[in-house]
Amino acid sequence: METTLTKGGAWLLEDTPDADVFTPEKLSDEHRLMAQTTDEFIANEVLPNLDRLEEKDWELARTLIRRAGDLGLLGTNVPEEYGGLDLDKVSSLIVAEHIARSASFAVTYGGQANLCILPIVLFGTEEQKRQYLPGLVAGELVGAYALSESGSGSDALAAKTRATKQADGSWVLSGEKMWITNGGFADVIIVFAKVDGEHFTAFIVEKRFPGVSAGKEEHKMGIHGSSTTPILLQDTTVPAGNVLGEIGKGHKVALNTLNFGRFKLGAMCIGGSRQAIGDAAKYAAQRKQFGEPIASFGAIKHKLGEMFARTYAIESLTYRTAGLIDAALAGGTHDGATVAHAFEEFAVEASIAKVAGTEVLDYVLDENVQIHGGNGFVRDYMAERYYRDARVNRIFEGTNEINRMLIPGMLVRRALKGELGLIPAAKRLQDDVLAPSVPSTAFGDEGMLEDERRAIAAFKKVALMVLGTAMQTYGQKLTDEQEVLSYTADILIDTFASESAAIRARHALQSGGAHADLHEAAARLFVNDAALRVEQSAKSALAAMTDGDTLRTLLAALRRVLKVTPVNTVALRRRLAEAAVARGGYILN
Amino acid sequence: MKIAVCIKQVPTREWQPRLRDDKTWIREADVSYEMNEPDAYALEEALRLREKHGGEVVVCSAGPARVQQVIREALARGADRAIHVEDDSLAAADAFVSAGALASAMADETFDLVLTGLQSDDQGHGQTGVVLAERLGIPHSTIIMEVQIDPSTSSGQAGSLRVKRELEGGWFQWIAMPLPALLTIQSGINQLRYATLKGIMAAKKKEIRKASLPAGLQPSQQIVALAMPARSKQTHLIGGSAGEAAKELVRLLRDEARAL
Repeated sequence: METTLTKGGAWLLEDTPDADVFTPEKLSDEHRLMAQTTDEFIANEVLPNLDRLEEKDWELARTLIRRAGDLGLLGTNVPEEYGGLDLDKVSSLIVAEHIARSASFAVTYGGQANLCILPIVLFGTEEQKRQYLPGLVAGELVGAYALSESGSGSDALAAKTRATKQADGSWVLSGEKMWITNGGFADVIIVFAKVDGEHFTAFIVEKRFPGVSAGKEEHKMGIHGSSTTPILLQDTTVPAGNVLGEIGKGHKVALNTLNFGRFKLGAMCIGGSRQAIGDAAKYAAQRKQFGEPIASFGAIKHKLGEMFARTYAIESLTYRTAGLIDAALAGGTHDGATVAHAFEEFAVEASIAKVAGTEVLDYVLDENVQIHGGNGFVRDYMAERYYRDARVNRIFEGTNEINRMLIPGMLVRRALKGELGLIPAAKRLQDDVLAPSVPSTAFGDEGMLEDERRAIAAFKKVALMVLGTAMQTYGQKLTDEQEVLSYTADILIDTFASESAAIRARHALQSGGAHADLHEAAARLFVNDAALRVEQSAKSALAAMTDGDTLRTLLAALRRVLKVTPVNTVALRRRLAEAAVARGGYILN
Repeated sequence: MKIAVCIKQVPTREWQPRLRDDKTWIREADVSYEMNEPDAYALEEALRLREKHGGEVVVCSAGPARVQQVIREALARGADRAIHVEDDSLAAADAFVSAGALASAMADETFDLVLTGLQSDDQGHGQTGVVLAERLGIPHSTIIMEVQIDPSTSSGQAGSLRVKRELEGGWFQWIAMPLPALLTIQSGINQLRYATLKGIMAAKKKEIRKASLPAGLQPSQQIVALAMPARSKQTHLIGGSAGEAAKELVRLLRDEARAL
């Protein structure tokens, strides 16, 4: 994988050469086999047992985690000396994507692989890695991650759990953690507590330590087959050697774990969307009304086409992000700090993958219920269960609201540190758009998705215009302007998604690969509708920040920059829908 | 024991067949492929025999470059090395050509045991294994449900085996035969293992020996036309009293529909 752009957020300011972008079509034979193994495992051993998991059969969950360990599914990111396979991030993405359709079990898996194994890999001492990783990777130990408390969810650093140092160097922890995935049967828990009520710190806590107990299972809306409980710590003694990372640096452990966790959650959303498109397409093909399969109706085709295109976009941007992280880590093995740094570098992209992925998935699952009609509302079909199971995705691993603050927030922070040339670019753009005529950007006329290429360049300008205006208007206080930050985040998400989709479609067209026409249709549809959303968000943001002549000037500039001619999206959606129905699902690679 | 397993790459079962314009083969452009199912069971049987008796498992396939996919999969599941007779013309080869191609690449290896699936999911002739046995000059037995190697057989030494064949109507047959031999394996006789992620990565380093198609292999049969099965629905009303109608229904179900 050759990639020259290895700076997070650089795509906003520079043109990415198409060849540098990783796409699902570039998967190796090994990657495809990993997908197959994961699919077979889920189909043969997990899906037939979902009902037992929903009845809280945690011995079964434990057995399945052990089976996942046998197959190597828990060790993709773990160095070989601790029992892992140390594979690239694309491999982790694939495993996450294909485990996703088991919903409840995917959450159990995520609690183990993303939230317990990963922080130990990234921040553990040699001794901690030797002690805990082999068991966790083999699935003999079950892991969990205890950050939230009843009073601190998004505001995680406000945790009340306390850690007090004892004369012998050990620690005593007291407090109550909430909504802990795998809480009911975890053996090893990453617990965040404040040393002396002040210094936020991560600890590795074993369930067998005295004073550790799990509370009652929560009564949840969905993912009933995963365990979610409070974890109580009553004067729990934790050995001196079980501090994870540095004292007072617990936020680094928490945030870096979430950076990668978010990216993997995005990957899981791809798998969930694909599954639902398959179900919806098959249902629409066999369900007859007015003497016709409902798949033949335009209103249903609209839904299937839109589900297809949006899934295409999140798939494209998530694979691209995996490629970026892999490129940053290319060449040999790395210590935890280097890997954590790479995740941090692409934290903006990871947040985009999380927000876009979870929202596309919820859209797809909602339309899946709708296509199933009355059957979508009853428990005889999976549509209802998927709909409930997925809702939590927008809440955990950082709510989508928090992630929306982070997306522009992290870019601004990097700009202020001089790591990203955002400010000069915004200044240049301001001079350009306020000039009487906008110089037209020269593009190579390759005749492939050229309109979309122009549109995406315009999205970037709009993003800079809005972000530049926001920085000018609010300065240091920008972090308080959550609505403007959200609008900006939406523009950035659509920009990264559109560009990733268009580049991937151009790859497909140039290589003349299978289904190139579907790639093209999905990318064109997505970019066209993204333009409408970008315009709407930009107008709302600009009107919130400026008024009078300034606003009029900015809106005029916006009109000139964002000149996108609408395409016939009805025809594009129909083409995608018909392909999905003919193939029984979202099948591109 | 030196065991060969012959595998074929076939369209996935979920794929909706589409015919080429000349109606003599399928449209390959939009097909996704997988390992022929009975061959996967043959591979699993070979891996189990190796675990019990030692030796090596060599996977053999004849087909265009794309069949590497299933060769890699077989290596990832645990085969030791592979032989690939590569030629574009093998994409839709008949059993005679496939067996000839495999035989030429396998002859020098002197395998103790050769396993194939009993038939392919695409053409379904069930002939490749049988013809291959003839070309290798070894005895064969078909539709095998169980394989027992004589315990006195060790690596590098000819021995014998007992095999259980599936006959019709729920009957089975046990046969004793000498080694070397070829067996065509029935689906479902064992539990397939997964390719572990470790196995997948290890497979990258395993040898795939390429062999070319021997000259002069001519197809012995030709597909003249392919057609999609016509769907038809016929309603047959059975008259008479309830007792008579029931008798007639049972007779029809048994003798005509063969559903009983």
